[in-house]
Amino acid sequence: MVRVIARRLIQLVVTLIALMTLVFFWLRSLPGGPVDALLGERATPQTRELLIRALGYDQPIWVQYGRFLKNVVTGNFGNSIRTGEPVTDVISRSFPATIELAIAAIIIAIGLGIPLGYLAARHRGRLLDNATIIVTLVGISIPIFFLGYLLKDWLTQDVHVFPPSGRITTGLGNTDVTGFFVLDGLLTRELDASADALWHLVLPAFTLATIPLAIIIRITRASVLDVLDEDYIRTADAKGLRNATVRKRHVLRNALLPVVTTIGLQTGALLAGAVLTEKVYNWGGLGTLITDSISGGRDYPVLQALILLAAVVFIVVNLLVDLSYAIIDPRVRVQ
Amino acid sequence: MRASGMRARRLRTVVAAGAIAALAIGAAGCAESDRGGNGGKAANGGTFIFAGAGDPKNFDPIFNDDGESFRPIRQMYDTLIAHKPGTAELAGGLAESWSNDPTGKIWTFKLRQGVKFHDGTALDAAAVCANFDRWYNMKGAAAQSQMIYYTDVFGGFAGSPDAVYDNCKAQDAATAVVTMKRYKGAFPGAFALTAFSIASPTAMQKHGADTVTQNGDSFSYSAFANEHPTGTGAFTFGGWNKATGEITLNRNPDYWGDKAKVDKAIIKIIKDENTRKQELRAGTVHAIDFPAPADRKALAGEGYKVLDRPAFNILYLGINQKNNPKLKDLRVRQAIAYALNRAQLVQTKGPGGSAVADQFLPNSVLGYAPDVQKYEYNVDKAKQLLSEAGATGLTLNFYYPTEVSRPYMPNPQEIFTVLANDLQAAGIKVNGVPRPWNGGFKDDVQQFGKQDLHMLGWTGDYNDPGNFVGTFFGRAKTEFGDASMTDMFTAIGKADATVDPTAKKAAFEQVNRDLAAKWLPAVPIWHAPPAVVTTKNVQGLAPSPLTAEKFDTVSLTK
Repeated sequence: MVRVIARRLIQLVVTLIALMTLVFFWLRSLPGGPVDALLGERATPQTRELLIRALGYDQPIWVQYGRFLKNVVTGNFGNSIRTGEPVTDVISRSFPATIELAIAAIIIAIGLGIPLGYLAARHRGRLLDNATIIVTLVGISIPIFFLGYLLKDWLTQDVHVFPPSGRITTGLGNTDVTGFFVLDGLLTRELDASADALWHLVLPAFTLATIPLAIIIRITRASVLDVLDEDYIRTADAKGLRNATVRKRHVLRNALLPVVTTIGLQTGALLAGAVLTEKVYNWGGLGTLITDSISGGRDYPVLQALILLAAVVFIVVNLLVDLSYAIIDPRVRVQ
Repeated sequence: MRASGMRARRLRTVVAAGAIAALAIGAAGCAESDRGGNGGKAANGGTFIFAGAGDPKNFDPIFNDDGESFRPIRQMYDTLIAHKPGTAELAGGLAESWSNDPTGKIWTFKLRQGVKFHDGTALDAAAVCANFDRWYNMKGAAAQSQMIYYTDVFGGFAGSPDAVYDNCKAQDAATAVVTMKRYKGAFPGAFALTAFSIASPTAMQKHGADTVTQNGDSFSYSAFANEHPTGTGAFTFGGWNKATGEITLNRNPDYWGDKAKVDKAIIKIIKDENTRKQELRAGTVHAIDFPAPADRKALAGEGYKVLDRPAFNILYLGINQKNNPKLKDLRVRQAIAYALNRAQLVQTKGPGGSAVADQFLPNSVLGYAPDVQKYEYNVDKAKQLLSEAGATGLTLNFYYPTEVSRPYMPNPQEIFTVLANDLQAAGIKVNGVPRPWNGGFKDDVQQFGKQDLHMLGWTGDYNDPGNFVGTFFGRAKTEFGDASMTDMFTAIGKADATVDPTAKKAAFEQVNRDLAAKWLPAVPIWHAPPAVVTTKNVQGLAPSPLTAEKFDTVSLTK
């Protein structure tokens, strides 16, 4: 096990260096750049010169690359071009927002997905099963931003059920401890803030959850159907085990393995979905940060750090999925 | 089987223990709430929430040049000279009155008495001079490169031959005398620029305001700029919560003028135009900036107040004479002007209240000439001029920006389509080249001059013709490939250097006539006032042509 983890970590480092190199040269080959973003419309040519020199853009590209690598290795990602804040501050502020959203979405997707998929499999070929299949098909095929705008228009404009955007009501003055607003409210006993944050979370989390939810339902259903056909289930039934025991210990447990893999793989899709969802709901997380960093002037430092972070999260989540096999499936432990 | 069952049970125990622990932490309230006693509910004036469209950079006026930074800065600071609310006319600010000598080089400011900065420092002539000296003596390429307005208006810094500023003397506590090395037409209008707001010298020193350091591809600013902005304004700084995108401004109870009517103003940053509108409809913000032109009618119909700012901007079709020699011919440029049906464009694509522009400045600015050549829409005339110039079958590269919406250009793509169709109808082939605003458009157009035609515009900073025509045509620019048009530069330079207001007005009127008839380096398209939309209960918000609204006049009715 230790060897597996060590090998994965080395893979991680190599991947990251390759990725950073790619990103550095790719970003710099794009037209337009931070000089424009920093200066705006009113800059005179002299100011532009001054700035190019101050930022070292007049130096050869490999000198810039060397400086960049040195900074990255020492954990210095520089300052955001748009706001002048250290990149690490910007990201550590946005990170909890996205995680809060992603956790909520995952809870919805798993909490609804596994039971529904299981029920569909148990009622194979009947109304519930067919309805589930159709709904999941729709869930997978509707683009997130479309669904987001639709839900938002309906539930925040036509009927004022939910707030249209943001993470908390403006002017509520909640205390920020961890950056997870729902948790912060509990920690500081500002229960109104917790409730308010939860209320803001509903629509975005549901929007983000649709695709993983649909996929989890389908995989669970297919997987449960497979397991139900296995000999050991017939054996378990035949030896007179209680129905509930068979379901819990034999069917569900064995059916969960592919589902867990799917959940791991969906984390990447979830990050991609978060970009769209956050854009729709003005959710101040990493997704918003990514779009702002691209469209609001090329914010190289933030973009580089974000791509690095996304890669790390993706790799680590997949590592965790692999490790979780060991818990769910004893056979994996044996090898 | 049994082993795994035990493991599962153990796992369950761990999860349960974790959940209980989390609940216990929550119930114990292990973190301090920093709402304090007065948190949340305001006394009586209420909280005015304005939806801004983007993040400010920081709150040190001199290091900023964009509207989203100036919006909060304007509430916290005052300038020596201000504007009458809702106009671009100058009025007393921190200086009750001002005057200049006949050479136009010496400016004397009579300061308001009894004004204090938010930190208690008195506003006197010494404090004013400290600001002027600070700007002039700013050290380091990093800091200097971020003083866009200063470089533009004051030419340069200590030691630079281009520097306009000479010195500032406190004649007495209430009289500051600023001496320039030479006359510049931008004054006095430029004294009213938000970038030249007066800040507390004590606070600037205490919080190291001049320290701008380079880090990687960007800069970081001082504690003064980020956490302790200290001016004389009607609101004091209450913090910028970046996690929620809220800038809080508290009513300044010691303000020298009419005190703010609301207790608090919050600028909530919502970058998406559609979301701003939805928040307004949901009643979670009181006012939004820059509504989409298409939403204006609907919002007005639903009872929201659509407040049009008086136009103080210009959209133009730029012509670059460098790449295609035919464009050096005035007749070809005139043909382009005749080919455009600008009246129809304004009707179909213009924001409400917009009007066809026949010159490069709005009529509220000194030097606007009512009698310029107008180029009414006339396709036949355009074709005739093209054939006279031997330019039939002309093909032009028309660059237009994407991923951007400017007050003067809310929908670049749509405007391009209309203009391109008009040109095609007159027999000019148009090769449209879209470029992202920050991803190549500005570089290609202003730095490299790759285009033949392009769309661009400008929002005025202060009431001075030099700020419009001088900016565009006062010197040779890659954007227009107009290096040979020396007559034009000389004429504008002379007009700008005229001290006497009457003579200056006449000189700029002539410049505008010649720009239309003799030079035509670009075709003015429209003046398009950007709107502010508020809920019904917002009173007293005066839409400013300079988008320079101050919130101290705002009140909320039930």
